[in-house]
Amino acid sequence: MNKFIQQKGKAIIYLLIAAVLVTFLTGTIKAAVGFLLVFGVPLYFMSKMPEYATTGERFTRYMFLVISSSILVFLITPVIIIIPLSFNAEPYFTFTDGMLNLDPDAFSMRWYMDILHNGMAAPQAVEGWWKDMWENAQWIRAARNSFFIATISTVIATSLGTLAALGLSRPEMPYRALITSLLISPMIVPLVITATGMFFFYSDIGLAKTYWGVILAHVTLGVPFVIITVTATLSGFDMSLVRAAQNMGANGWTTFRRIIMPLILPGMISGALFAFITSLDEVVAVLFIADVDQRTIPRQMFSGIREQISPTILSVASILVLISIILLTVLELLRRRSERLRGMSPG
Amino acid sequence: MSTAELTLTEDGIPLKEKLAKTTALQRRRALLLTLPLVIFLVVSFVFPIGQMLFSSVHNDKVSAVVPTFAEAIIQWDGEGLPSEQIFEIFVKDLAAAKKVREIGRTVGNMATRINYEMPGSRSLFTSTARKAKKIEAPYKENLIKVNKKWANPTIWLTMQRAARDITPAFYVAALDLKYDENGDIVRADELYQIYLNNFIKTLGVSALITLICVVLAYPVAYLLSVLPLRQANLLMIMVLLPFWTSLLVRTTAWIAILQTEGVINDMLVFMGFISDDGRIQMIYNQTGTIIAMVHILLPFMILPLYSVMKTIPPTYMRAALSMGAKPLYAYRKVYLPQTLPGLAAGTLLVFILAIGYYITPALVGGEDGLLISNLIAYHIQKSLNWSLGAALGTLLLAVVLILYWLYNKLIGIDKLRFG
Repeated sequence: MNKFIQQKGKAIIYLLIAAVLVTFLTGTIKAAVGFLLVFGVPLYFMSKMPEYATTGERFTRYMFLVISSSILVFLITPVIIIIPLSFNAEPYFTFTDGMLNLDPDAFSMRWYMDILHNGMAAPQAVEGWWKDMWENAQWIRAARNSFFIATISTVIATSLGTLAALGLSRPEMPYRALITSLLISPMIVPLVITATGMFFFYSDIGLAKTYWGVILAHVTLGVPFVIITVTATLSGFDMSLVRAAQNMGANGWTTFRRIIMPLILPGMISGALFAFITSLDEVVAVLFIADVDQRTIPRQMFSGIREQISPTILSVASILVLISIILLTVLELLRRRSERLRGMSPG
Repeated sequence: MSTAELTLTEDGIPLKEKLAKTTALQRRRALLLTLPLVIFLVVSFVFPIGQMLFSSVHNDKVSAVVPTFAEAIIQWDGEGLPSEQIFEIFVKDLAAAKKVREIGRTVGNMATRINYEMPGSRSLFTSTARKAKKIEAPYKENLIKVNKKWANPTIWLTMQRAARDITPAFYVAALDLKYDENGDIVRADELYQIYLNNFIKTLGVSALITLICVVLAYPVAYLLSVLPLRQANLLMIMVLLPFWTSLLVRTTAWIAILQTEGVINDMLVFMGFISDDGRIQMIYNQTGTIIAMVHILLPFMILPLYSVMKTIPPTYMRAALSMGAKPLYAYRKVYLPQTLPGLAAGTLLVFILAIGYYITPALVGGEDGLLISNLIAYHIQKSLNWSLGAALGTLLLAVVLILYWLYNKLIGIDKLRFG
């Protein structure tokens, strides 16, 4: 079975990518399913299964491949499908006949323009348009808030988290299990409980409805991801390098800056990316702690979905998907670099 | 052993002592590195949650509004009606409390607190408070003249219970119980049995979601684990991209796909499976919640399974098969047991995350898809019965912490990896 998959793996991947492309281009899952069936079946019969394979075995293998690829399609389709939907010329959440016929008039950028226009004092004005957009457009304000909060909380979470991870991966660390579970617990404790506790506490000390309240909450929620990724990088870390540096007279800071940091940097950056995306995506704490002034993109989407659902949300979502694609690419490159550094080939 | 035989270090200290000192220093250093974050989390996370837990048993809305009366009624033996003296203190306290405008210390706050335990009693307090200044001795007689309900011993028993700052009353409510006229704990009326049922529903839905995730994740993780690394990494993108995509984006996508005017219904109508007015309601109910949550949580099952399956040498299965085991038997005896650690990790993680989920049920759950988190948020944000919200939160937290402890015991949280 393994041999078969190894031989056919490439073909399957191309097929799946093609299926996603078909979904993307034609805008229906139906086409993709049809595509998979039409091309998948001959692929099976063309495959070089061992000659002694029985029909039952062939059938099982085929079913396995069909099932696992449809699960992968299930995973990716919702994320991809919103992109063509966001170019809809009509205020619907579905593909119009025009879109299915690839009629250019059925597509438009109106919902992307709406991101900018929504909330502006004079969207049609020529003079002062940029200033108006920057200051008044709801989504732009939300985006500014989101990136401001995410950047600051990422910096804090990454520095505190890296420091703690350095301590946790030292062999002498006392109470390691206890402290690790404490540091990771913000990821496990239901968000509603965390947000409720913070809401009470921050109200008492005057941090509720402020940027700092939201930032502190997001640092707390981002820390576990930094700990997990940085300790993972440190687990393969050769401690004799540190001893060698110290042997040659480097002090603690120099050792960290010149020896440890360059080696764990990929882990630090991926931890930071995790913390960043956690903050960018977080809405429960914002719902509880933030005021209108601190509205973030997910908060704006939340009320958008609840109150007046319009395809504008789809275009915002498409932009966010694009951001996650970029982040994922960066992460993948980092992972490869880290593997290279540690002498593991990417295969 | 004499001193001469001891190995000494350069500075004349016995080696053992010196070593102990150095180790202690290193331990302190390691601890010191984690200290800033530990302090930060204790202040910003542990303490606030602790405070919330405390507020589930602590409510001083009665003793803060009518302090003298609260002290007096606690001493009462609970037989018949309280003495004339207690009535006098009550009327005077009530008259004084009427003047207070500070939020959280008004008669209204106290009335709300007592109303939780004795529904329908709120107006009794607010209306009496308006007349309290004019009530004169004999207080017992005159108070009952103002409103006959004051002759009911139950109201005084309820007030006695509520006068204590530390109270189990909110756990009683959270467990669908109530106090009867004599102050004994009994099951609440059928109509008010909301929370326990919702807890059971949340556990059931989470279990179902976890089960679906296992069934869907297993073949995918297997496929990824047997493919050559380069191709597996390519397919991995299909798992990681949703994982990295905002959960609001994914929830929005499911709304677009599942709603009655959405993609799937349109497709079904187009292909003639259903008629145009027979469109299926797939979102804003429990089905929608389950579909969207499975999609959101599936990567949390695939990733641990994949990382375990990757380490299983394919030769084991081949050996079993070549020795004549039927494929299903070989799978059950050889392959499945080796995947159990990943299966346990994914199952616990998905279940823990599912049971505390808030956003997706709040957006696509409609009415029957609401989970316990949504009820907690409702009490914190809408009904403002914070103590009840906190009590429900404590119960949920207890379940999650037990599972977390189990996770640590079985798998170890430090083994958790993403990708």
